[in-house]
Amino acid sequence: MGAAEKLVQWNPTDIKAELIKKYPPKVARKRAKQIMINEALENGTPEITANVRTIPGIITMRGCTYAGCKGVIMGPTRDIVNLVHGPIGCSFYAWLTRRNQTDAGPEGPAGENFMNYCFSTDMQDQDIIFGGEKKLEQAIQEAYDLFHPKSIAVFATCPVGLIGDDIHTISRQMKEKLGDCNVYAFSCEGYKGVSQSAGHHIANNQVFRHIVGENDEPVEGKYKINLLGEYNIGGDGFEIDRIFKKCGITNVSTFSGNSTYEQFATAHQADLNAVMCHRSINYVADMLETKFGIPWIKVNFIGAEATAKSLRKIAAYFEDQELIDTVEAVIAEEMPDVDAAATEILPRTGGKTAMMFVGGSRAHHYKELFDELGMKTISAGYEFGHRDDYEGRRVLPHIKVDADSRNIEEIVVEADETRFSPRKSEEELKALEEGGLKFKDYEGLAPDLEEGTLIIDDLNQYEAEKLVELMKPDIFCAGIKEKFSIQKLGVPMKQLHSYDSGGPYAGFKGAINFYKEIDRLVNSRVWSYMKAPWQENPQLSGTYVWE
Amino acid sequence: MLLRHTPKEISERKALTINPAKTCQPIGAMYAALGIHGCLPHSHGSQGCCAYHRSTLTRHYKEPISAATSSFTEGASVFGGQANLTQAFNNIFTVYNPEIVAVHTTCLSETIGDDLPQIRKKAITEGKIPEGKYVIGASTPSYVGSHVTGFSNMVKAMTELAEPTGKKNGKVNIIPGWVEPCDMEELKRLTKLMGVGTILFPDTSGVLNSPLTGEYKMFPAGGTTIAELKSTADSMGTLALGEWCSADAARQLDKQHKVPCKVLDMPFGLKATDRFIEALRTIAGVNVPEEIMTERGQLVDLISDMHQYFYHKKVALAGDPDQLIAMTEFLISIDMCPVHIVTGTPGKKFEKRIREITADMPFEVNVKAKGDFFLLHQWMKNEPVDLLISNTYGKYIARDEDVPLIRWGFPILDRQGHQYFPTVGYKGGLRLLEKILSAIMDRKDRDDPETKFELVL
Ligand code: SF4
Ligand code: SF4
Repeated sequence: MGAAEKLVQWNPTDIKAELIKKYPPKVARKRAKQIMINEALENGTPEITANVRTIPGIITMRGCTYAGCKGVIMGPTRDIVNLVHGPIGCSFYAWLTRRNQTDAGPEGPAGENFMNYCFSTDMQDQDIIFGGEKKLEQAIQEAYDLFHPKSIAVFATCPVGLIGDDIHTISRQMKEKLGDCNVYAFSCEGYKGVSQSAGHHIANNQVFRHIVGENDEPVEGKYKINLLGEYNIGGDGFEIDRIFKKCGITNVSTFSGNSTYEQFATAHQADLNAVMCHRSINYVADMLETKFGIPWIKVNFIGAEATAKSLRKIAAYFEDQELIDTVEAVIAEEMPDVDAAATEILPRTGGKTAMMFVGGSRAHHYKELFDELGMKTISAGYEFGHRDDYEGRRVLPHIKVDADSRNIEEIVVEADETRFSPRKSEEELKALEEGGLKFKDYEGLAPDLEEGTLIIDDLNQYEAEKLVELMKPDIFCAGIKEKFSIQKLGVPMKQLHSYDSGGPYAGFKGAINFYKEIDRLVNSRVWSYMKAPWQENPQLSGTYVWE
Repeated sequence: MLLRHTPKEISERKALTINPAKTCQPIGAMYAALGIHGCLPHSHGSQGCCAYHRSTLTRHYKEPISAATSSFTEGASVFGGQANLTQAFNNIFTVYNPEIVAVHTTCLSETIGDDLPQIRKKAITEGKIPEGKYVIGASTPSYVGSHVTGFSNMVKAMTELAEPTGKKNGKVNIIPGWVEPCDMEELKRLTKLMGVGTILFPDTSGVLNSPLTGEYKMFPAGGTTIAELKSTADSMGTLALGEWCSADAARQLDKQHKVPCKVLDMPFGLKATDRFIEALRTIAGVNVPEEIMTERGQLVDLISDMHQYFYHKKVALAGDPDQLIAMTEFLISIDMCPVHIVTGTPGKKFEKRIREITADMPFEVNVKAKGDFFLLHQWMKNEPVDLLISNTYGKYIARDEDVPLIRWGFPILDRQGHQYFPTVGYKGGLRLLEKILSAIMDRKDRDDPETKFELVL
């Protein structure tokens, strides 16, 4: 896009007005509360409305509760048979489409890998009329007979709740019957919540209830952590694990990229929970703390600087000089390549602008990478974030619990009688906090964005198009559904849910990959081909060309 | 191995589907609706279905897929979705201003029992649908049939718009079925060459293969117009291509407006295309032009030139009934051997039809409707093949079994070309054959020992 076209400077208030101008009054009022002009004040961002219903008829980016539960959280678990109870579609669409990578190793008992399979009860009309419980029971049996998995997870899709199939009782009965297979169910019908977010919560609850803490066989390791909210899309988790290994940090369990049942079952043995995606997994972090005494900190491995910072946080937590030194050595070893890549690419990306509307944490995480590329985030938001993801957890006590959130079970967890053991004493935690570590805390996206930035919750297709038209970013980031309408406008679009292709973008190597990818996208020659030569220069020539 | 847990030994499964060879109705309805000019498909249910359908169609076509949803939450699921849909109409016409909204249900709204025609009627009486705008609706419960059924149901719903004027329009309605945008273009080219005036519906060409120009049009230039859909009632007759995808709509026009219809196979391969051209010729009383004769001759020529490479090669197929029927016939017509054929779409008549087509084969052909990729894979383990033809999901089997794969059908998520290069008609036949040959010959070049490696094939 030429510099001349960019001269029009809009102020955020005008843009906001422009975005909601066309809506019917009720919709405009609602949207106005979900579009916030950032004031970037210390501890005092204005309030945004989030995690509320999607407006019927407005083309939304959001998916459903099932997508959050099965697709996001349970999808990447490789040795659990994820059986979807419902008509065929839901299971089909969640089949391998998220680009979660997995490394099952060689075939054999330890090499179970059901990731490439899609399981469904494929309910038919008679199942809807007469109930699908028998079919579910039979399907669990058949899955067991065929594969002998250690665990089968059952997911309800929309009609199941309505016809009243009791998936939990069936799962329990089958678990008893099979003996050596843990069977449990998720009531994650698509309509249960206002977005994927409800599904995350439901998944968190059930994983905690049915798997976490099941295995007390000791896990070896000096610095044991869990990495929560990392889904190994494009191999992100592999890169983070590579770095952990180099640092001597033992990752007991990733929730849930490249994960196994045993990882979840032993997760209570870690000494620290490092939370990546706050939105999707903070419930497990809280529950692990309450039940087993494991504190959690927010980390971010998207961005080289962020990675270094997160590693230092982990090292600081363990208060062990050896670890602190190793982490510094690793950072020192990894950074030169990153710096070299940045130095080479920065001149081509610096000063450009980005917009990001992704998920429930990614819009925040990826800002780091764009910062490193010298690119300014001029508008951002989440598809299914809550207020705390924007404004920080300090607003948690003030969030109104509406009917939709009340729908989602809050499980009450208590300290485990025998296994609760606070990893740090109150004093130690306090000392660490004074040293700069923050426990159980997330400050949200807003404080990290400049004043005047438009923060938009649940952005929809219409607003996206308007925003791009008005603000002309150099790159737009969202999901697959948004990709081509944006690109038709001549603006490159990068998927930040499943990355289109490529990755990893986490960690040090990932940062380099991302720099290259964004350089490729914003500097591709293709964006200069929108007009044919005769459109650029339309006047007809009076003279004969051959003269 | 990617599918390391698939055993060779086949055990009967009554309740568990593994690796489906079908998906649910609404996505077919959505694709069909995109073939109406100025149409916004609307999914009446939770937003999740709509998100999934849009994503899958986007991944296949690499084009923006706009569709709205009623965004049900728990309340709507209990009290019914009428309020959501009415609100949706208001928002849709205010914000996006389509010519027409094509509503389809999902398993959620169907299970609740939402009455689409009634909701629509109410919306019209209450003035929620602006003057001159249209709403059509199809019931597409995902626990019946498959994506193919949903496509068919939405095409049938399009016939609601048919409005006889009492004067024939001299045209032939052509219902192409679920084929690619370029296939629809190719059908139009053929009928034009034949000199037959047609109304093709739905028509996704110009909608789902649109150019990149720096401008985004939510409603691109392509698609069957509402005027054309109205006029379908005045046509001489209807050619429905594919029993599963297109016949219901054609029969509906016959029943409703006495527009006679003929159901043909989808014109993939030599013989089915012959029948299509023959039908056009007789219906319209025209001669087949030289150009089409040449195209046919070229296809026959290629078959004869390269016959030695595909003669008696074994093929496994997964896909949708109409496509599979035509493809099976094509393979047999060139002396290849389709040995395993699976569709996820239920219906015994599919198996019957395949058995008829393959009756002369010297061996038993495995065929199953309401089958899945898991079963197909097991069959392949028991009786290996030289080639697999299926959608992208077949690539996991292809790699494990080291069998070349031709991507054909829906969805194709990892290759390009299906939007642009037709496989219907004689030219399409050439393309199919070229793909088959390339797959087989690439494999030969890879596998032949050095001593047998040849320059000229
Ligand atoms: S809920 Fe039903 S309609 Fe929706 S995606 Fe699933 S199967 Fe299809
Ligand atoms: S909304 Fe319901 S039917 Fe649709 S995808 Fe989600 S769970 Fe499936």
